[in-house]
Amino acid sequence: MQFLPELTLLGAALVIFLLSLGKTDTDKMKTFAIGLGAAVFGATLLSFGQEGTLFFDSYKIDLYSQLFKSLITGAMLVVLILGRKLKDIKNSVHPEYYLFMFISVLGLMMLVSSIELLAIFVALELSSFAVYIMVPMRDDSGSYRFQMEAGIKYLLFGVTATGFMLFGMSYMFGLTGSTQLPVVMEKLALLYDQPAAVIAIMMVLAGFFYKLAIFPFHFWVPDVYEGASNETTAFIASVPKLAAVALLIRIVSMVNGEGQVILNILMACAVLSMFYGNLSALVQTDIKRMLGFSGIAHAGFILLGLLTFQLSGYANALYYIIGYVVMNLACFLVICSISSNGENVQINDLSGLHKRSPLLALTLAVALFALAGIPPFVGFMGKFMLLAGALKQGYLILVILAAINTAIAIFYYLSVIRVTFCSDPVNNGRISSSLFTNATAFVLLLIIVIMGVAPQPFINFTTSAVQSIM
Amino acid sequence: MDQLLINPDYPHILSSLIFLPLAGALLMLFIRNEFFARFWALGITTLTAILSVQLVSAFDTTTSKFQFVEQYNWIDSLNIQYVIGVDGISILLVMLTTMIMPLCVLASWSYIKTRVQPFMICLLIMETAMLGVFMALDFVLFYILWEAMLIPMYLLIGIWGGPRRIYASIKFFLYTLAGSILLLVGIIWLYKTNNYSFFIPDMMWQEYSLTAQIYLFLAFFLAFAIKVPMFPFHTWLPAAHVEAPTAGSVILASVLLKMGTYGFLRFALPITPEATTLLMPYVLWLSIAGIIYGGFTALAQQDMKKLIAYSSVGHMGFVTLGIFVLNIEGLEGAILQMVNHGITTGALFLCVGMIYERTHSRDLRSATGVGKYMPVYVTFLTFFALSSFGFPGTNSFVGEFMILAGTFKHSVPLALAAIPGAVLAAAYMLRMLQKIVWGGTDNPDQSWLKDLNLREIIILCPFLFFVFWIGLGPQPFIDLMHISVVNLLEQFHTHQGQAVAAAEFILH
Repeated sequence: MQFLPELTLLGAALVIFLLSLGKTDTDKMKTFAIGLGAAVFGATLLSFGQEGTLFFDSYKIDLYSQLFKSLITGAMLVVLILGRKLKDIKNSVHPEYYLFMFISVLGLMMLVSSIELLAIFVALELSSFAVYIMVPMRDDSGSYRFQMEAGIKYLLFGVTATGFMLFGMSYMFGLTGSTQLPVVMEKLALLYDQPAAVIAIMMVLAGFFYKLAIFPFHFWVPDVYEGASNETTAFIASVPKLAAVALLIRIVSMVNGEGQVILNILMACAVLSMFYGNLSALVQTDIKRMLGFSGIAHAGFILLGLLTFQLSGYANALYYIIGYVVMNLACFLVICSISSNGENVQINDLSGLHKRSPLLALTLAVALFALAGIPPFVGFMGKFMLLAGALKQGYLILVILAAINTAIAIFYYLSVIRVTFCSDPVNNGRISSSLFTNATAFVLLLIIVIMGVAPQPFINFTTSAVQSIM
Repeated sequence: MDQLLINPDYPHILSSLIFLPLAGALLMLFIRNEFFARFWALGITTLTAILSVQLVSAFDTTTSKFQFVEQYNWIDSLNIQYVIGVDGISILLVMLTTMIMPLCVLASWSYIKTRVQPFMICLLIMETAMLGVFMALDFVLFYILWEAMLIPMYLLIGIWGGPRRIYASIKFFLYTLAGSILLLVGIIWLYKTNNYSFFIPDMMWQEYSLTAQIYLFLAFFLAFAIKVPMFPFHTWLPAAHVEAPTAGSVILASVLLKMGTYGFLRFALPITPEATTLLMPYVLWLSIAGIIYGGFTALAQQDMKKLIAYSSVGHMGFVTLGIFVLNIEGLEGAILQMVNHGITTGALFLCVGMIYERTHSRDLRSATGVGKYMPVYVTFLTFFALSSFGFPGTNSFVGEFMILAGTFKHSVPLALAAIPGAVLAAAYMLRMLQKIVWGGTDNPDQSWLKDLNLREIIILCPFLFFVFWIGLGPQPFIDLMHISVVNLLEQFHTHQGQAVAAAEFILH
């Protein structure tokens, strides 16, 4: 029962693998994949409240891991729905695409439960390699091979980051003689004034900085976001980030108080991420690139929660990433629906969207206002709590810099909303979105508003989840 | 918590005022018929206005405490509460808001032809946010509504606005947001310093260090001065006013600008009293600069909306002047003038909107000689223009007179510097009147113009009523605010220890 979600997912992946061997009806395949995704999501929800360890104490099941697993599978389900048509993926490889997506999610689910260095490494690689393949699976319509460039970039940067992480892990093992995270951290706690310990922790963190796209491990973001198909980008922009935050919290929460050097490094990364992301996003014309850069800035905000080294800070970071993923998925839902053949969407293509599809325009506007941090949406509440938490620790300058970044960010979000609502459509065709998509958009909107207006239950929940790993 | 007064007869009146328009906006989503949508919005706003009359009739003018208070926990982990109440400073602004909204709906009756339901939804959400801003006693609640208001206002300008609406709406949004971002940092700092509480009355009259007060004041000043707008932060205002639809202009002029001055009264004075005293001279001279600058610029405008927008800069300069002379005449005059400006300028924007609906031009030259064919219209216009430059017998005269009296008490050179502003106001308003009322009628030919219809007369009548009521018998309005203002000033003067020390240090 404890391993039920993973087993369900593995079973689903195997079924898809069997289907991929023969010829399949693509339409049925899509519905089937969504069904499997829903089944996995359901199984994860069922396993809520389970606790225990598996595999010789290297795999821990607690509220924290189960919360992340349900978030990951929930996000996967939304990605499956919004990318239902897989517009820019060749029909013949649809089953394989789903197979790799499921395997990647399996890796991520294992990642959030792993508390042993090697298990973490294996799980991370399992999820990464599947995504490395998903990126170049885009149909090469123009023979420009953008997707190949994106795939190679994603792979090379990913492998480098993994190398860093593995190197850091070897330091950890060398310093402590164990690969069990609890033991490692207990022993490392005595060594925080040692450069070797700092290097070890920072290098391990680097692996997850890459997934979350934090400066200076962000270089892959714009090209991969642009080169991968819309559905793949939606996946990369949301699901792995959840797992990355899970692991960042797990590792950072073990650094307590004493880690002044680590604190300074995290601060620098946070500020640089915000400024780099927001300033670069200002000049983008491709909406996926813009969202990529904005993602870098948001990752910087998440670090604000981590570097408080407080339970409440981790809970806020968790709240923020949940909100971020929801807002991001809402944006990608609109992007995937607008793009008629799966081509990239320029910001100008959105002009007059309010006439072509009012619901999609509303979804996009709310999601972008929320990303910009305008109340009463979840983005504001998240930012507000992160800032309040950081200021509680006395990081006034940091908070002011973050606040300034909010002001910078509003410009590019607003310019998208501007073309959506305030200009006339170039292309007058109405966008037909299915009932299914509309319902998903509505649910995402509702989550964005409810999490922003009544955050208390969510905060309680994230706090108790984080508490379970402290 | 002794600053709060819970009124058992009306336990939820403020919440109903806030949430009625919001509920109306949500139900509007299900209305398909545009005609019905207009009536629905009118009904909701009228109902809110009627409710607010009850509020003012039950308002206790013998106490400076916050009345009709409602208090609930909202976000426990950060100690954020949903707590609302009104006192003498905010009640007039609440009334102004509720009274003006039905008229805004009426003014948009035929002006808005496309996407009526979204327009009305924006108006109703605006009303919720504006009322909430004036009632909020929790700083986070205040900030959320303060910011949330930007979204519907942005859409009002950006979708239903004039030709340069995109530029104007983005400028409006960016200016206001950028201004208030440091306010947020200030709020969190206050929260940390005040034992992790966002409760506004608890933040007032505390002994913060002078340095902290100065930084806080600057954060407040940036946010509120942009909203007022004070010279030199006013550049978003003409753009936004000119491009906004009539109802948007009226809301902007009548209510939104008051939020800046309300912010000074509610936050800057009580939370940073000593910094206020130290920085007061600079604010006063900025106000003078705004009065003179607004007057001269208005004198040069051909676009009627721009003319009134720049006149707003001047009028709001008078308001900040009255606030920062920090005596009873000045403060009461300032609050009264906030209401007056809301009435008069709102009415003037409506008048311009009515011309615009007919001639599709706001140019002064294309409106010359309208008076001959629209006698009813110019009668209204004349009264509002007279009120705008403070003609005795109209509302603005009382307000400006009190402000100037307070200024004379504070410093004679300052008052003398403000006088030309009043003269300039007469100059630009008479110039406008002269062209519209008595200008030649053959270029362009105005003979086809129809005079005001019944709906338009109904819109303007309440404004005229208040112009004369406040102009001839302002006492009831002053009574409403008097105790609160007296209390504010008393407290203010007892919290000047550090400022006095600093002043002595500078002098010696």
